[in-house]
Amino acid sequence: MTVISPNPAPVADVPKAGATRLVDRVFKMRELAILLVFLVMIAVTQAGNSEFLSEQGIKDLLLNATILVLVATGQSLVVITRNVDLSVGSTLGISAFAAGTYLQGGGNPVVAIALAVLLGIGFGLLNGLLVSLGQVPALVVTLGTLYIIRGIDSIWVGSRQITAADLPAGFVDFGSGGISAVPYLALIALAVLVATAYYLKHFGSGRELYALGSNPEAARLAGIPVRKRILAAYTFCGALAGLAGAMYLARFGNVDSGTGNGYELTVVSAVVVGGVVFTGGSGSVYGAALGALLLTSINSVLPALGVSSVWVLAINGILLILAIAVDRIVALRVASALKKRNARHA
Amino acid sequence: MTHPSDTGSAPVLALRDISKSFGAVRALRDVSLELFPGEVHALAGENGAGKSTLIKTLAGVHRPDAGQVLLDGAPVVFHGPGDARDAGIAVIYQEPTLFPDLSIAENIFMGRQPRRALGRIDHKAVHAATAALMQRLGVELDPDRPARGLSIADQQIVEIAKALSFDARVLIMDEPTAALTGSEVARLFGVVRTLREQGAAVLFISHRLEEIFEICQKVTTLRDGAWIASEPLHGMTEDDLVRRMVGRDLEELYPKQDVSPGEVALSVRRLTREGVFTDVSFDVRRGEIVGLAGLVGAGRTEVARAVFGIDRWDAGEVEVDGRELTNGAPSTAMAAGLALVPEDRRAQGLVMDMSIERNIGLTGLRTTVKAGLMDRGAERSRSLDWAVKLQVKYARIADTVNTLSGGNQQKVVLAKWLATGPKVLIVDEPTRGIDVGTKAEVHRLLSQLAADGVAVLMISSDLPEILGMADRVLVMHEGRLTAEISRTDATEETVMAAATGRTAA
Repeated sequence: MTVISPNPAPVADVPKAGATRLVDRVFKMRELAILLVFLVMIAVTQAGNSEFLSEQGIKDLLLNATILVLVATGQSLVVITRNVDLSVGSTLGISAFAAGTYLQGGGNPVVAIALAVLLGIGFGLLNGLLVSLGQVPALVVTLGTLYIIRGIDSIWVGSRQITAADLPAGFVDFGSGGISAVPYLALIALAVLVATAYYLKHFGSGRELYALGSNPEAARLAGIPVRKRILAAYTFCGALAGLAGAMYLARFGNVDSGTGNGYELTVVSAVVVGGVVFTGGSGSVYGAALGALLLTSINSVLPALGVSSVWVLAINGILLILAIAVDRIVALRVASALKKRNARHA
Repeated sequence: MTHPSDTGSAPVLALRDISKSFGAVRALRDVSLELFPGEVHALAGENGAGKSTLIKTLAGVHRPDAGQVLLDGAPVVFHGPGDARDAGIAVIYQEPTLFPDLSIAENIFMGRQPRRALGRIDHKAVHAATAALMQRLGVELDPDRPARGLSIADQQIVEIAKALSFDARVLIMDEPTAALTGSEVARLFGVVRTLREQGAAVLFISHRLEEIFEICQKVTTLRDGAWIASEPLHGMTEDDLVRRMVGRDLEELYPKQDVSPGEVALSVRRLTREGVFTDVSFDVRRGEIVGLAGLVGAGRTEVARAVFGIDRWDAGEVEVDGRELTNGAPSTAMAAGLALVPEDRRAQGLVMDMSIERNIGLTGLRTTVKAGLMDRGAERSRSLDWAVKLQVKYARIADTVNTLSGGNQQKVVLAKWLATGPKVLIVDEPTRGIDVGTKAEVHRLLSQLAADGVAVLMISSDLPEILGMADRVLVMHEGRLTAEISRTDATEETVMAAATGRTAA
């Protein structure tokens, strides 16, 4: 073996560590940047309308973001594996109605939530099986299940509607209640978010999701059970869409066959704005959650500033493109920084 | 370094009478192979001889249709790459298989991370173990940096570190040196020798015969999926080995014809692209083959790209036949009679899912036109014409190019550009990853082109190729032209001295 020097020269280590930190910082900066944009936006709005950050105002901001945060967290896992789940809106809608129907008949709220989650898991499994076994692009498969689930929902629900009056009072109160300005629902979403982030960072199977999104062929050669992991990611995504359905019911109390229609695009926007790279392998659920918070806040910010809400969609679109542009620029910067380091080592 | 004796040691891994078919294609027929600890075993054969299939069988990617894989003498069945890895078999593929978004440390330990309580990854232990591996390999790579942007040589070091991390007893290396330069190959061989001395069995695949003779003790030859011979290399000559591989005597590998160069066809003056290459000036005359040597990353490919107009240059000028080229405009370069056969034929030279006919036709989209529409008949005859001239081996001209072997793919790229009737041909690594038989054909073709008055600029990391084919050798080092050496003065030593920045005498 080559002679090992027991004490590697510290001089050589300093710039190396510095450059790594730079790279780390750039990736963390991605999340910081969203947070910064969010805070500036809130500050500006508060300056223009001092009522904006009242206790109720904060609560509304958080409540609005909660459901999107949950679904975006699930979606991130799928996107990290270089796939996508477009059926989350349909899953959310049908789960919400199923939970509502059960509660209407005098059911237990906890069982209702479990029912919604189980339904979500079922559809997640279906998506996961189709994508991992069928070897068909996820975009097409989940576009198919989007319509299938929505179709089943429409046939089953018809023109029926569930309103808050049909639901147990306790369930609806839970949906709008909270500890001072922090809604219970937001706490649940936060718990799910933190647990998911911890899992992704500290567990082998979590890292393997990144690995197989980063290079599927290499993942296969490294002995990673690719299909199993993709199936798990879709199942988790479905479960969270189902949970989000139950929360939707608790929050709005109003569900029909159109609930969650088109939601998948908002979810995907939040994930991408949050820095989860669409080609897989990179990004964090915290970023996705921040993206969700940013997108939903715009809905509240514009009216508070007296701007017509017709601008919301356009602004969401601009944010999306900005996010991708920033990613591209950051990627180029990082690449050139790494290249320079290579040159130094040579 | 004494040759370890085999007596008393049993093969750690063996294949016995392995057969494997893909549809109607019999990729392997009754192939046997024995790998002993402390031995580097070469696997030789032309492209399509079944080497890759054999490796993938050992790696657990393919399961043989018939025959046995024996581990320490006992039959085993690998259900997937994970099984082979658990058995102590590490494979380093031709294309490194890393996760670009993940750190080097994560790449090495993916799927096998040290754990702490509750099955959580011990990130500190992963980092420390990686740092220790890097020290053991004598390389300075930061465990925390992402794999994205690593040079091919460093990517291979990461792959080797991966193999070391699970104490692999068998190391399989599929053309590890194809994209490396001299010093990187030397570093790799140093590591391989150390592993061998520590008792690892190594299976080594390379198209560079001199490397086989340098590092291996035994060789197994395959031809058309069949086992030809397994024998010690000691006492064999390169010609013996080539004869086993191709089954016939090979005509000369470097059939360079003597020519007297004509007038200047390509003239590059003080070309500079900031941070990439600086002040590069040279001429290529009609009938001349000029070799452009240097280490990977010296800026050779970048100069070629700029000359052809793919990348812009910041200063300087390029003339073809006295006509100045526009900066950053490949179409004017093509119109002036310049052709570039790129380094990476799969990504840059070919549309893999398109037919041979269409691929060759791509450079004629403007000329094979009738009444504003593509003249399919003219395209077909033009393509057929060139495919035949270059002796491309294919079933039908309408087959997609991804069905061809590497050497034949390279011929299609050449055909595509020769069909434009170029005055100046730039070829970047024309024979990388190509078997010796096809290599000789490509060399003969280049030589013939030069004799017909084409000016050829040949970029190559294959020193014997440069020395064997070039009338003059230009050498680049860190973005600058450091030497111009005539055919008579060019030796491995003079070229390498200039390439590594030591002042040539």
